[in-house]
Parts: sequence; C-alpha cells; structure tokens
Amino acid sequence: MSLLFDSVGVQEILALSALLFSIGLYGLFTRRGIIAILMCVELMLNAVNLNLIGFDRLYVHDGSGQVMALFSIAVAAAEIAVGLALTIRLFRLRFTTNADEADTIREFKDFRN
Amino acid sequence: MQLLFYVFALVTIVGALGMVLSHNIVHSAFYLVLSFIGLALIYFSLSAPFLGAVQLMVYSGAVAILVIMAIMMVRRTDMTVSNPTQSLIKRFVGAGTAALFFVLMGLSIVLTPLGGGDAALPATEAADLAGLLLSRFALPFELIALLLLAAMLGALLLARGGDES
Repeated sequence: MSLLFDSVGVQEILALSALLFSIGLYGLFTRRGIIAILMCVELMLNAVNLNLIGFDRLYVHDGSGQVMALFSIAVAAAEIAVGLALTIRLFRLRFTTNADEADTIREFKDFRN
Repeated sequence: MQLLFYVFALVTIVGALGMVLSHNIVHSAFYLVLSFIGLALIYFSLSAPFLGAVQLMVYSGAVAILVIMAIMMVRRTDMTVSNPTQSLIKRFVGAGTAALFFVLMGLSIVLTPLGGGDAALPATEAADLAGLLLSRFALPFELIALLLLAAMLGALLLARGGDES
C-alpha cells in the first residue's frame, strides 16, 4: 500500500529528470535535422524544469522554484520561436534543414541573397 | 501517489524515446507532445497545478503547433525518411556519451545525502505564484516580458525576410 499512499521522493524525480536529459542528449548527438535537434533541446529543458518543481515541492515550499520554472518555460518558448524562424530562413537560402550542411559563412554561389 | 508518478513517468519516457528513435519527423513531434503531456501530469501530481496547466498550454499546445507548422513549411518530399540520423558509429558514440552522463548523474543522485523533504504541505496555487511574480521577482518578470516581445519580433522578421523583393 505504500506504493499507493506514500508521496514520491526526491530521488525518483531526479532519476526521471536525469533519464529525460540523457535521452535528449542522445537525440542531440544523433539527429541531423535542425528541427529534430530543437525538439531534443526542448526535452532537455523540460527535464530541468522537472528538477526545479521537484525541489520546490519537497524542500522550498514557497513557490520560488515554480516561478523559476515559469521563467525557464518562457525562455524556452522564445528560443524555439527564434530557432524555427532561423530554420525556415535557412531552408529558403539552402533548400536544406540539415545542420551539418549549413557549414559555410560564405554566400552560396547560386543564390544572390 | 507513487504509483501515479510511475505511470506518468512511463508515459513521459515512452514519449521521449519515441521522439528520439522515430524515423518520421511528424511522428517525432507527436511523441514529443506525448512526453510533454506526461510531464504536465507529473506536475499535477506534484501539486503544482498552475505549472501543469502552463505546461499543457505552452508546450503541448503552442510549441507543438509551432514545430509542426515549421515541419510543414520546410519539407516537401516524402515524410517517411524525413528524420535523418548520423551514421551508426556516431550513434554508438552518442549513446555511449548519453549513457555515461546518465550513470554519472545517477551516481551523484544516489551518493548525495538528500534529506527526506516533506510533501504534505498544501499545493502552491496560482495566487501564490502571482504574488511572488509581482513582488519578489518583479524585475525578472518584466525582463521576461521584454524577451518574449523581442523574440516575437525577431522571429517574425527572420521568417519573413525583410530585404527580399
């Protein structure tokens, strides 16, 4: 019955957060598309948010951790908006969204832009 | 409570793994939504209802729509091979690095003496968060508002392309 009524401990929360962060890290290393990489970054940011909320729930109790998680969510939203806009821009210039094909600063010679 | 946490954690992990391993980027995006919903349920079960609602609205709502719109805007070929990965050897190196990171984090979690903490207190309501945001965290709150405005304008300008005719 302890599985039903006990509240969850901090170690389970931290372990889940570390696992999510590692999965996101694996995706970050192995994906080639920029959009997929951005999704992996979002997953890692969410793992950190889970940490903040867990510590706030179990130790701090005054809501500062949740406020910090709110700020983190806002920054992540700004990040993904700008990142996707850059992706669309890159697709217009190079006709690709693979991160490893965007490897030059020089102008692409077939495009005036 | 613990049982609920494990069920939600399973949902989240399945979503995350599906996102990382799927060959179709649209499937990837939907698995990511599943993972976000699992995290929102975990926030609810940790008695952070406002954060759970924000997670549902911002992540599994807005961010998911944004990602799927971006996928539809940049992809015109066959979707089934739309999510390229690195070569096999690089994937092994990536998996090894991620596993190493997880083992190190797990060791530090197990070895750090964390006090028990107590979760029996009442939940943090939206009113408490509003009080904090407008008193103690007022300056970061304004800065975040400014950042969101700048990001909105920047994304608009970047995606539209101002100087093209």
